[in-house]
Amino acid sequence: MEEGCMINSNFLGISLFMRCLRMLVRILVLLYLAGAPALAQTLCQPNASNGCRVRISIKTALGNQAYEWNENEMFLFRATMAFAMRRYYKTETYNVDNIIMCNQTLRVSFWFVVTSPENSTMLIPKADVEKAVRMSRHRINNAFLLTDRTLEFLGIHPTLAAPVNPDTPPWLIVFGVVIGAVFAGIIALLVSSLLQKRRKEKGMMEDGQDEEDRQMKGVENDNVLDGIYNRGFTDDDRFTKL
Amino acid sequence: MPEEGMEDNKGREERPKWNNKAEYLLTCIGFAVGVGNVWRFPYLCQIYGGGAFLIPYLIALVFQGLPLLYLELAIGQRLRMGSIGVWNSISPYLGGVGVASMVVSFCVSLFYNTIVAWVLWYLFNSFQDPLPWSQCPLNHNNTGYVKECVESTPVNYFWYRQTLNITPNMETSGSLQWWLVVSLATAWSIIYICFIRGIETIGKAVYVTATFPYLVLTIFLVRALTLPGSSEGLIYLFTPDWEILKNPQVWLDAATQIFFSLSVAFGGLISFSSYNSQKNNCERDAVLVGVINSATSIYASIPIFAILGFKAHTNYVTCLNGNILALTNEFDISDMNITVENYEQWFDSLNGTHPSRVSDLNLKTCDLQTFLDQSASGTGLAFIVFTEAVISMPGSQVWAVLFFIMLFSLGLSSMFGNLEGILTPLHDLKLVPKWMPNELFTAIICLVLFLMALIFCLGSGNYWLEIFNSYVGSVPFLIIAFFEIIAVAYIYGIGRFSDDLEFMTGHRPNIFWKVCWLVISPLMLFVVLVAYVAVQAQTHPTYAAWNPDYVNFPDTEVLPYPDWVFAICVLLSSVPVISIPLVAIYRLICCMSGRHSKGSLHNDPNPYANEGYVVES
Repeated sequence: MEEGCMINSNFLGISLFMRCLRMLVRILVLLYLAGAPALAQTLCQPNASNGCRVRISIKTALGNQAYEWNENEMFLFRATMAFAMRRYYKTETYNVDNIIMCNQTLRVSFWFVVTSPENSTMLIPKADVEKAVRMSRHRINNAFLLTDRTLEFLGIHPTLAAPVNPDTPPWLIVFGVVIGAVFAGIIALLVSSLLQKRRKEKGMMEDGQDEEDRQMKGVENDNVLDGIYNRGFTDDDRFTKL
Repeated sequence: MPEEGMEDNKGREERPKWNNKAEYLLTCIGFAVGVGNVWRFPYLCQIYGGGAFLIPYLIALVFQGLPLLYLELAIGQRLRMGSIGVWNSISPYLGGVGVASMVVSFCVSLFYNTIVAWVLWYLFNSFQDPLPWSQCPLNHNNTGYVKECVESTPVNYFWYRQTLNITPNMETSGSLQWWLVVSLATAWSIIYICFIRGIETIGKAVYVTATFPYLVLTIFLVRALTLPGSSEGLIYLFTPDWEILKNPQVWLDAATQIFFSLSVAFGGLISFSSYNSQKNNCERDAVLVGVINSATSIYASIPIFAILGFKAHTNYVTCLNGNILALTNEFDISDMNITVENYEQWFDSLNGTHPSRVSDLNLKTCDLQTFLDQSASGTGLAFIVFTEAVISMPGSQVWAVLFFIMLFSLGLSSMFGNLEGILTPLHDLKLVPKWMPNELFTAIICLVLFLMALIFCLGSGNYWLEIFNSYVGSVPFLIIAFFEIIAVAYIYGIGRFSDDLEFMTGHRPNIFWKVCWLVISPLMLFVVLVAYVAVQAQTHPTYAAWNPDYVNFPDTEVLPYPDWVFAICVLLSSVPVISIPLVAIYRLICCMSGRHSKGSLHNDPNPYANEGYVVES
C-alpha cells in the first residue's frame, strides 16, 4: 500500500511540475510578446542618437491629387527604407521589421530607426542610414511622388540641381545669327549703292544735256519750279573780282 | 546728306527729303519716345503721388515742351540746315549753340548706345531655359551656390556680376568685359546699317522701331491685367496724393522730365525737319509729336505698374509662405492647414498660447505696402525689377524677349535722332571731304563713337555711365534750350519768325505761342535751370557702389566721388556749353578785325524759287 502511495505522489509531483513549467513558458512567451514592442519603443525615440526624423508635405507637392497618409503608406515607407538599406549594404537580409517608426504627428512627421537584421536590439548608426538614403534618394522620392523638399530627411540636405553646361552658350548662338544678318545687310546695301552710282554716272554721260537743263531750272520737292529767273541772284563775284 | 551725281553747273546740291509725311512723323515720334518714357516716367508718377503728378507734367508740356518743339521744327524746316547752319544763319554770334548741340549729341550717343548694348545682351540671354537670372550658379566645388548670389538675389547677381562684372568702387577700373564689347559692336553695327543711306534707310526702319513698342505695350497690358496683384499695383500708382503738389521738387522734376523726354536741344529734330518741304504745317506736327510722347508715357506706365503690382504680390506671398512653413514645422500642424487667407488667425492663436516658441522662430513681417514701395527707375527697373517679375510669369522666355525687343526698338529710334544731330551739322559745315562717300563717313563716325564708348565696357563702366547721364544729359540741355529760345524770340525777332511761320503753315501763330516764346518758356527754363543747379550743388555728389565685401551687403555702399572724378563731372557739364561764349567772342574778334567772312553757310536761295513773281512787261 505504501509503495502505491509513493508512486501516486511522484506522479502528482511530476504533473504539477509540468504544469508549472507550461505556465512559466506561457508567461515568458506573453512577456516576450508584450515586451518586444516595448523594447522596440525604447529603441526608437525622438532625438535618439541613431534616429532620423522625416517630414512629409503631401498637399504642398501634389495639391488636389494628394493622397492620405495612413498605415499603408507607413508600410510602403518601411519597405522603401529596407530597400535602401539592402541596396547600400548589398545584402538581402534587411526586412520591413528592421525599420521601426515612432512619434508620428499630423504634420506628417515621424522618427525612425533601423535595427540590424542579425541582432534586433542593435541599431544601425545614423551616418550609415544617411548614406543609404542619399544613395537611393531619387527612388525613395519617386515611390511617394514627392521631391527632395517635400520628403525631408532632417539632417540630409537636398541635392543641388546639377548645372546645365551647354557646349556653346546659347547667347552666342543668337548673337551670331544677328550679327551675321546685320553684316550681310550692310554688304548688300553698300554693293547696291555702288551699283546705283555706277549706273547713274553712265546715265549722266549719255544724256547729260537733258539733266543739265533740268538742273538749271531746279527741282524742289518734286515741284518743278517755273518761276522767272531772277537775275538779282546771279553770283557775280565769280566774274568781277576787285 | 547731299547725294552726289545731282549737281548742276552752279554746284548746288539737292537736300534729301522724306518719302512721305508718315516717315517724318514716325521718326520724330520715335526720337522723342525713348526708354525714359518706360522707365523714368512711371517711377516719377509713383514717388510723386500718382495721378497728382499728371498736373505739373501736363502744365510743363503745354507751356514749355510744345513751344520749344514747335520752335525747333519750324526753324529747321524754314532754314533747311542742321543745327550749326541754322544758328549761324539766325545770328553768327550764336553759332556756338549749334556746336554745343552737336557736342552734347556726341556725348549722349556714347552712353545711350551702351544702354542699348545692355538691352541686346539681355535679349540674347532670354533665349534659354531656365532664364540665367532665375537661379544662382553653383560655386567651384559644387558644394553650394555662389556666396555673392545667395546673399543678394539671382537677378542682382546676374546684373552686377555676370553682365557688368562691376568693380567695388570707381577708382578700380577693372578690365574690358568682352561680352559687353561684343554687344556694343552689335548695337553700333545695327545703327550703322540703319544709317547707311541716310533718311532713306532710317525712314524704312522707323516703320518698325517706332510702332513695335506700342504693340508690345498692349500685349503686356492685356497679360498684366490678368495677373494676380496687378490691380493693387495700378491703384497704388494712380491714387492721387494732392499734398505732394506743394513740394517744389515735384514741379522741377516734371519740367525736367518733359524737357528731356521731348529730346529738344539735341539738334536732331532740327535736322529731321530740315528735310521737309517748306510748305508743311509744322505747328500740327509739333503738337502731334508732343501729345503722342506724353500719351505714350502715361500708356506705358499702366502695364509697368500692373506688373510691378504682380511682383509685389508674389514677394508678399513668398514671404508669407516662408512664415507659414516655419509655423507648420514648429507646431507639427497638418500640411496646408495654415494658408495665406487664415494666416492671421493661426498666428494670433499660436502667439497667444506659445508666445516664446513663436518669437524664437524670428518670423518676417510681410507687408504688401512695403513691397509696393520698392520703387526703381532706370536700368534698375528694366534689368532687376522687371526681370524678377518676368521669372514668375508663365512662359517667361516669351515675355523677356518681347520686353527687351521693345526696349531695343525704343533705344534704337532715339539713337537715330542722336546720331542725326552729329552727322547733319558735320555735313553742313562742309567738313566732309568731297571724295569720301557718305557711307564711309558714317562708318568712320560710328567707329569713333564705338571706340570711345569702350570705356563703358570696363568694370567700372556703369559708374561712368551714371556720371555721363547725370552731368551731360541734364544741365547742358537746359542751357542750350534757353539760348535757343532767346535767340529766336529776341535776336531773330518774333515778327520775322511769325512771317516765316505764315509762309510755312499759312497762318500766323496765335497769341498763345507768342506769349510762350516771349515770356513763359524762357522764364520757366531759367527757373528750372537755376533750381536744378541749386539742388545739385547743395548735396555733395555720391554714388551707389556694389561691393560684396560691404558690411551691409546686399545694400549698395554710398561712396563720395573722388576729386578727380568730380572735376571730370564739372568738365562734362561745362565743356559742351563753353562753345556758346567762345564762338560769340571769336566772331566778335573777327568782326572787329574787319575781315569780311562770306557766310558760306548761308543758304544760297534758288533763283527759281519765286513762285508768284510775275514779270510785268
